[in-house]
Amino acid sequence: MKKRTVRRSGVAAIAAATLIGITACSPPTKTSGSASTGGVKAASATSATDLGGMAALVDAAKKEGTLNVIALPPDWANYGAVIKGFQAKYGLQVDSAQPDASSADEITAAKNLKGQSKAPDVFDLGATVANANTTMFAPYKVATFNDVPALLKDPNGLSVSDYGGYMSIGYDAGKVPAPKTVADLLKPAYKGKVALNGDPTKAGSAFSGVVMAALSQGGTADISKGVDFFKALKTAGNFLPVDPTPATIASGQTPVVFDWDYLNVAQGKKLTGKMSWKTVVPAGAIVGGYYVQAINKAAPHPAAARLWEEYLYSDEGQNLWLKGAARPVREAAMVAAGTIDKAAYAALPKVVGTPVFLTKEQNDKANAYLTANWAKAIG
Amino acid sequence: MGALLGVLPFFAYTAIFLVTPTLIVVVGAFLDGKSRPTLGNLSALAQPQIVSAFVHSVVLSAVTAVMGAVFGALLAYAVSTAREGGLVRRLVTSVCGVLAQFGGVTLAFAFIATFSSQGFLTLWLQKSGIDLASTTWLYDWDKGLMLVYMYFQIPLMLIVFLPAVEGLRPQWREAAESLGGSTWHYWRHVAGPILAPSFIGAMLLLFTNAFSAYATAAALISQGSPIIPLQIGGTLSSEVILGQENIGKAMALGMVAIVAVVMTSYVVLDRRTSKWLGR
Amino acid sequence: MSLRATRRRRQSIFRWVVVTVIGLFFALPIVSMVEFTTRAPGGGRTLDTWATLFDVNVIDADYPELKTGILASAGLTLLTVAIMLVMLVPTMTWVRLRLPGMRRTVEFICLLPLTIPAIVLVVGLAPVYAWVAYFLGESSLWLAFAYVVLVLPYAYRALDAGLSAIDVKTLAEAARSLGAGWPTVMWRVILPNVRTAVLSASFLSVALVLGEFTIASLFSRDNLQVAINLLGKRDASIAIAAALAALVLAFIVLFAMSFVGARRRSPRPEES
Repeated sequence: MKKRTVRRSGVAAIAAATLIGITACSPPTKTSGSASTGGVKAASATSATDLGGMAALVDAAKKEGTLNVIALPPDWANYGAVIKGFQAKYGLQVDSAQPDASSADEITAAKNLKGQSKAPDVFDLGATVANANTTMFAPYKVATFNDVPALLKDPNGLSVSDYGGYMSIGYDAGKVPAPKTVADLLKPAYKGKVALNGDPTKAGSAFSGVVMAALSQGGTADISKGVDFFKALKTAGNFLPVDPTPATIASGQTPVVFDWDYLNVAQGKKLTGKMSWKTVVPAGAIVGGYYVQAINKAAPHPAAARLWEEYLYSDEGQNLWLKGAARPVREAAMVAAGTIDKAAYAALPKVVGTPVFLTKEQNDKANAYLTANWAKAIG
Repeated sequence: MGALLGVLPFFAYTAIFLVTPTLIVVVGAFLDGKSRPTLGNLSALAQPQIVSAFVHSVVLSAVTAVMGAVFGALLAYAVSTAREGGLVRRLVTSVCGVLAQFGGVTLAFAFIATFSSQGFLTLWLQKSGIDLASTTWLYDWDKGLMLVYMYFQIPLMLIVFLPAVEGLRPQWREAAESLGGSTWHYWRHVAGPILAPSFIGAMLLLFTNAFSAYATAAALISQGSPIIPLQIGGTLSSEVILGQENIGKAMALGMVAIVAVVMTSYVVLDRRTSKWLGR
Repeated sequence: MSLRATRRRRQSIFRWVVVTVIGLFFALPIVSMVEFTTRAPGGGRTLDTWATLFDVNVIDADYPELKTGILASAGLTLLTVAIMLVMLVPTMTWVRLRLPGMRRTVEFICLLPLTIPAIVLVVGLAPVYAWVAYFLGESSLWLAFAYVVLVLPYAYRALDAGLSAIDVKTLAEAARSLGAGWPTVMWRVILPNVRTAVLSASFLSVALVLGEFTIASLFSRDNLQVAINLLGKRDASIAIAAALAALVLAFIVLFAMSFVGARRRSPRPEES
């Protein structure tokens, strides 16, 4: 009996070791399916000229036929219309996976699905995640690359900002009084009503929300003041730990929401007639943030990915984002050239004061503080 | 040796889809971002928010296990006195079969439909003057989440414990009575000791179930990751704090260790009860 | 005699009180879900949401992710049950017949998934599934492999109870001595005798697969709960309606099974 057990455990151990060894190496990537008909050429193209011009790029993309995007909710900066516009213009099929994924989920999906035809072709990421994963991106300069301010792009085109906005407070004007400053939210009128879009240790928008609170309390990006504010909010009973979604806003569950201005404005537009959802960017506490585009180095449809980037940075794409109340990154250039959608531009929420963009060191310091203190503060 | 071939498919399957992932997690807990051995992940577990998440998880699981066990056992006994094959028994076992598995999204939505500021109960209570709308108790791990967990703990208890209660032979009851014992005597000296191992075993199972639950908490609580499964989920999907996957594996290892202790006790107890029930 | 009658009555009262009280506790959220999904904008009641849910064309057009989720879950259910039965029933029978020493090992492995939370399993399964995708493609259906693992503890328990209730050894030996091959023994002798247990294990698997969210969501695959969750962010009403419908469906399935599986059990001593 003992010998049998020993032998059996020995066999089991060897089998286990073999299995771990096998799974530790990744399966060979399927090169046959993805890089078909000139795909190999597209995968290494760093600009449209590498492929022989825009027309050649369009042809290569049409041959691929599909584009995989990820984490693009239709009502986020008007992405629904952007996708539809791209499909209509080039006749490509856009496969939109996991609309509610976070930036980190996008990278995980790319890693999990590596070599498969469903892997994401392009990413729309928060700056932190983008900067940490540049090894996964392919450099590409769109036709309008020079219009993007130097601070908002990688010089080689590995990752380029696409649109941005400011942190705002959205509120149901019919249910709560208009908050003029962030500190107003501590008043009893907002009891059990104030929600933050996500957990700041997980979601970029929530992180910026806490920074906005910090700015309003002390004028600097010292995140501890922001955490203290939310702690006070929780103690007052005003903080609602519910994740605000279009559904919760429409049902009235979350009457006050900290979120990017373009998202709050989009909700307001959606709910005209049913609810008066207004957006305010509090004066003196303006936190700006841009999201970033990147192309997956192992994209299954490299030409389509590059065509998508061209579309996004074209006037048409940028103006569609503008319609979604996001500020397109080529804003300055387009205003100068007169190609900007004037009506949409004028409809952007008024911003009084200079916006603050955090540096990497400030970001890291804030992250460390949040990790250690957020759960305690609002738990 | 030829006989072993018969079980080979099973062992091969579980080796690939169960043992290997477990080993990957266990080994990964000791590797750093560049796959070099390290104890750094384990020491990272000493961070206050992770320790408190473990504590919360244990407390939450223990409380819901005990309460679920008590109420589930009551329900199991009640059902066992019903006619076998009757409607009550069928109904209750079917409902419990479904609810024991339906955690996560469905449950969270059901409780939001009931207790949130727009929920049925909240609006109903408002008419009677009790205002729950401005309270956020539903989203606290130690109030709302506990209540929500009862919703699948009690059914699980019924499913696991009912066979044990049904295994009580009527002859034992009759024997106790014929010797002049009262109901209290029966429970204290006959049925109680027989059911005790099964009861405790089932309670341990409930503990494990609550401890491991992720989906319900994820759907209900979006701030602060007060329990360990949410912390692990955070390391996988956070876009603000990166590079924490191996700490996530260390947390997973911690979870597995705690649960292993509990499950071993369960198996030991289960073996004892199977003797009583003649299995 | 009267002692028993008193006891019966007391038990009856006890039963009704307990079942009713606990029943109310469980009915409350269900009632709330029904109430939520029948709210009309003006304040009355409407069946619009339910009508939309059962209108296949509207689902196709406006909520395609729900349709994908439903189809994926349906396929997953079938595949999971099939794999589980094909793997477990022969293995457990074999162990009882030929390898009684392995019983504890098999039992341990089957209970192991209870120790490994799904969230942990996902972390470890990622590289394994990279290989699965390489060989079999990326369909959501291959989640069934992971689901079988999740189902193992419950299925094992059910099948173990069923196999313990019959004398496997005698049946198998009798069949073999009459010249039956092993497949015949399994299919025509053992299986019909453990029908209740097999059905029980199958329907527990159905309930689990329909309710599973963690693995599908973290692997970014489609399934019913992932679809409902996604829908919940857009339109709470229809998401809750879908969730309730899934719950009711699983209940109907299990309830029906309790009738189908009802056979003469091993005779219990009659209460005289």
